[in-house]
Parts: sequence; C-alpha cells; structure tokens
Amino acid sequence: MTGGVPRQNRGRGMGRGVAVLADRLVLAVLALAALVLGMPVLKPLFAALYPALDRPLYEGDSFLALTAGHLALVGLSGLTAAIVGVAAGIAVTRPAGAEFRGLIEAVVTAGQTFPPVAVLAVAVPVMGFGPEPALIALTLYALLPIVENTIAGLEGVPDAVLESARGLGMRPAEVLVRVELPLAAPVIIAGIRTAVVINVGTAAIASTVGAKTLGLPIIVGLNGANPAYVVQGAVVVAALAVVLDAGFDRLASRLSRWRRA
Amino acid sequence: MIAFERVTKRFGPWTAVNDVSFTVGEGEFCVLIGPSGSGKSTLLKMVNRLVAQDAGAIRVAGEDIAGVAPEELRRRMGYVIQSVGLFPHWTVERNIATVPVLLGWPKGRVRDRVAELMDLLKLDPGRFRDAFPHQLSGGQQQRVGVARALAGDPPILLMDEPFSALDPITRDTLQGELANIHRQTRKTIVFVTHDMDEALRLADRIAVLEHGRLVQCATPRDILTRPARDIVRDLVGREEWGLKRLAVETVGDRARPADGTSAPPPGEPLPSAAPLRRALSEMVARGTDRLPVVDEHGRPAGVLHLADLVRP
Repeated sequence: MTGGVPRQNRGRGMGRGVAVLADRLVLAVLALAALVLGMPVLKPLFAALYPALDRPLYEGDSFLALTAGHLALVGLSGLTAAIVGVAAGIAVTRPAGAEFRGLIEAVVTAGQTFPPVAVLAVAVPVMGFGPEPALIALTLYALLPIVENTIAGLEGVPDAVLESARGLGMRPAEVLVRVELPLAAPVIIAGIRTAVVINVGTAAIASTVGAKTLGLPIIVGLNGANPAYVVQGAVVVAALAVVLDAGFDRLASRLSRWRRA
Repeated sequence: MIAFERVTKRFGPWTAVNDVSFTVGEGEFCVLIGPSGSGKSTLLKMVNRLVAQDAGAIRVAGEDIAGVAPEELRRRMGYVIQSVGLFPHWTVERNIATVPVLLGWPKGRVRDRVAELMDLLKLDPGRFRDAFPHQLSGGQQQRVGVARALAGDPPILLMDEPFSALDPITRDTLQGELANIHRQTRKTIVFVTHDMDEALRLADRIAVLEHGRLVQCATPRDILTRPARDIVRDLVGREEWGLKRLAVETVGDRARPADGTSAPPPGEPLPSAAPLRRALSEMVARGTDRLPVVDEHGRPAGVLHLADLVRP
C-alpha cells in the first residue's frame, strides 16, 4: 500500500539518482529552475536565432522576479477561487442551498465566459493599474471548473455510503468532512488543477495593466517587434504550467491512494 | 424495547405505512416481511429517524424518539443495509471503528473492540484489518458491515435486507452467524426481508405487512400453523407450506418416548433438536418409516414414526 508500483519499477535496474530524475514533477521543477535562473546563459542562442535584434535577451527585470510575481498572482487567485468555489459547491449540494444551485451555476458560467481582458477593462478605471484588477479577472475565470467539479465530486458519493454514514449517527458536518469531501477530493482537485493551469497562461495579460508577471517580456516583445522576448516569456510560462500540473497530479494521486490498494 | 403506536407515513398520495401498532420485546429478533411496497423498509427507517412518521409515535425503551436528537438516537442503534455502504476510503479497521470514534472512545478501547468484532464476524485480522472495502468479496463486506453496526455495542440492531444481495451459500453462512450473535449478545434485532425462509429461520416473531398495514405479528410456528390471511400463505409459498411447517418443529416435539420394551429401530439416530423436515428427508433417503432419536447428550430419547409427522 505504501510502495506503489511505479516506485518499485523505478528502483529496479536504475540508480537512485536516476530514479528521481524519472519523476515528472522533479523534471519539470528542474527545467523551470534552469530556465528562470539560466536565461542569461542562453543569450548567445537567442542572438544566433534572431541576428537582426540589437537586444536578443529581455533584461528589464530578472526572470526570477517575474516568475515570483506571476506565481503570486496565479496562487492568490487560485486560492481565492478554490475557497469560494468549493464553499459554493458544498452550499448548493446541501438541502438548504439546493434552490440556489441554478443561480450559482449561471453566475460562475458568466464569470468563465466573460473575457478576462474585458474584466480588466472594466476594473482598471475603478481600481487603477496594478495586480488587483488582474486578481479579480483570474479569480472569476477560475471559478467555473472548481464549482462544477466540487458539485460533481460531491454528487458522485454513492447513496449507500451516505445512508450508512447518517444511519450510524454522523452529524451533517461529520458526513461532509469525514466522508463526502475525502471521496470527492480527487474530482475537486482536478477542477482546481484545470483552473490553475489555465490561469498560468491567462495571468500573462495582467502585465497589460501594470502587474509584474511573465507577460511583461511578451507584451514588451509584441510592442517592440522583438520575438525573442516573446519566446523567453512564453517558454517560462509553459514550464511553470507543467510544474503546477505535475504538482496537482501528485496531490490527486496521493488523495486517492486507497483506490489502488 | 421498541413500541410502534399507530404509526403512519405518507409519500404524497401514497400511504407507505398505515396505522401500524406492535411492540418488539427486549432481546427479541423481529423480522418485518412483506412484498415490495409493503412499507417494511419505511417502517424500519422510522426507528432511527431516517424517515419521519406523519402520525403516531415510536418509543424506544419507553422514550418517544421524536424527542431525541437523530444522531444521538442512531448511535444507540446499529444499522445494516443491503448495499452495505462501507466507507471506501477507510480500511476495514477504520470502518468498524466508525461509531466508537464518533463516541470518542480512547484509542486502546477502540482497537480492542475492533479486534473483538473481527473475531466475532470471523474476519482474519492479518488479512483484513488494513484492507480496503473494494478488496473484499460481497460476503466479507457485509461481515464488516455487521461488525461496524455492532461496534458501539448498541442494544438495538436494525437490518434492512442485509443478506439479500449475497449468493445463497454466503447468505446461509451469514444467517447462521447472525443467529449465533443474537444468541450470544441478546440484542434486540429488527430485520427486514422479503424471504420467508430467512424469516422463519431467524425470527422469534414475524411481522407481516401488506400495503402498509400490519397483517399478522406472530411466532414462526403460528405464522405457519395459523396464517391470518392469504398474503401470509402466499409469502410462505403454498406448495412448500407443509415442508416449511416441518422446518419450524423439532424431532423432540413429536418423537414417541422410549417405552423400554422394544429395541430402537436400526440406523444412525437423529438429535431431538433436529428439525422435522430433516427427519422426513432422512426417512425418504433411508427408505424407513421409523428413526431412533437421541437427546443432546447422545442418550436414546425415543422413536419418531412417519405417522407422527402428519399428526395435526
């Protein structure tokens, strides 16, 4: 139960160091770190690829600072959306909240379909430039998959399991915390994963309103006809998305370990 | 122990349970039986307030359950359902420990109680304690289900067709074990089934329901010998009625005591506690109309004649 099959396979015929490298999460983190910290080293490469450019490497900010700003924006909006989305999903699957289900689903669908750029356009005049309007746009954008998956996960808990939980004397809160949420967790995590990975890409637009993200080299590159900047920003965004995806994958598989016992 | 007083439950225009009154005595094994839609499951679920009655009252140990918090009431009653409903993300040990953990027992006591119940339900701890429900067969799962229901040592056990989904051999074994557990623990058991053989085998008393009304509430023997209505005969099965009646009486009930003058008939003797149905089967198999009978200590206790079986 503790040693999964992949771990046993990895141990066979490979050194321990090599086995760690075969892990998707570790590989993705290493690739991201190499890109973020080693971008200046790649300057000759970009110079060779784009010989016409005077400045083939984005040097306006360090990629570490840009990545940290990007991650903070994605993390904060993801956390807010997860708390609000899971809470809403729980609320509308309780008997008392069932009548609000249609309303909540309509609101989160609108949040998803409203283009984030349009949200920024509406929010900036009210809130000013900076990360705050972007935070709102990204949070709204992330709600739909989280709410939908929370509802689907909770509704997927078998009736017999709920009946025995109640029949044995669990209070509604105990049924939720001990039975429903653990069983729905892999589906809920999948929703948060989708939302966060999509937002890693979407967060780049926040730099149009002055937030410091990996979108900055992309936007500066687009404005200044510097494709090298665009590539540099985009590659790090992609690596960050892969890291988060692998991380959520690890979390989901840990939460459903009992299925593979 | 459990008193139903003019209990009624309606679902929209349909009356599921209609003015039912009867009492289940302390330590009694009471089986609710009836065709589907007769209201037997609804009646059971009103005892632990999973279903609320529209009229009438249910008293447990003299106390009206309407005045008890549902969760508190349920922790005093084991509950076993046909689809088992084990918690799939918990090990067998954690599943069985559900109610003791809810009741806040100390860890050591919970562990001892789980070990005791695994022993009672014949679940090998080495094999099953850390197993997850999906690794178990249907019969093993329901053993865990029964252990889980008994874990808090409740005085009452409610069982809703617990063995109906099992294969006949597993069902037979679990029925035997439930009968043993009832003998050992003297829990008050309310058990729902649609299988009259199961009811006749397990029950001290059988409550027959039809269209939400109580048709008859009587001992298995009275159900067989004095069925109140056609529905009772139908549930017993008209063709098999005679054989089922033989199944609820023992050889000792009808054997003629040894008179000491004539030698007992030859052949392997039958224990006086054996059902008459087995005696008939032995007579047919051996081609004889007389069988020697011994008591529980193996001492000769008389002779059973074929004619004794058909005596009214």
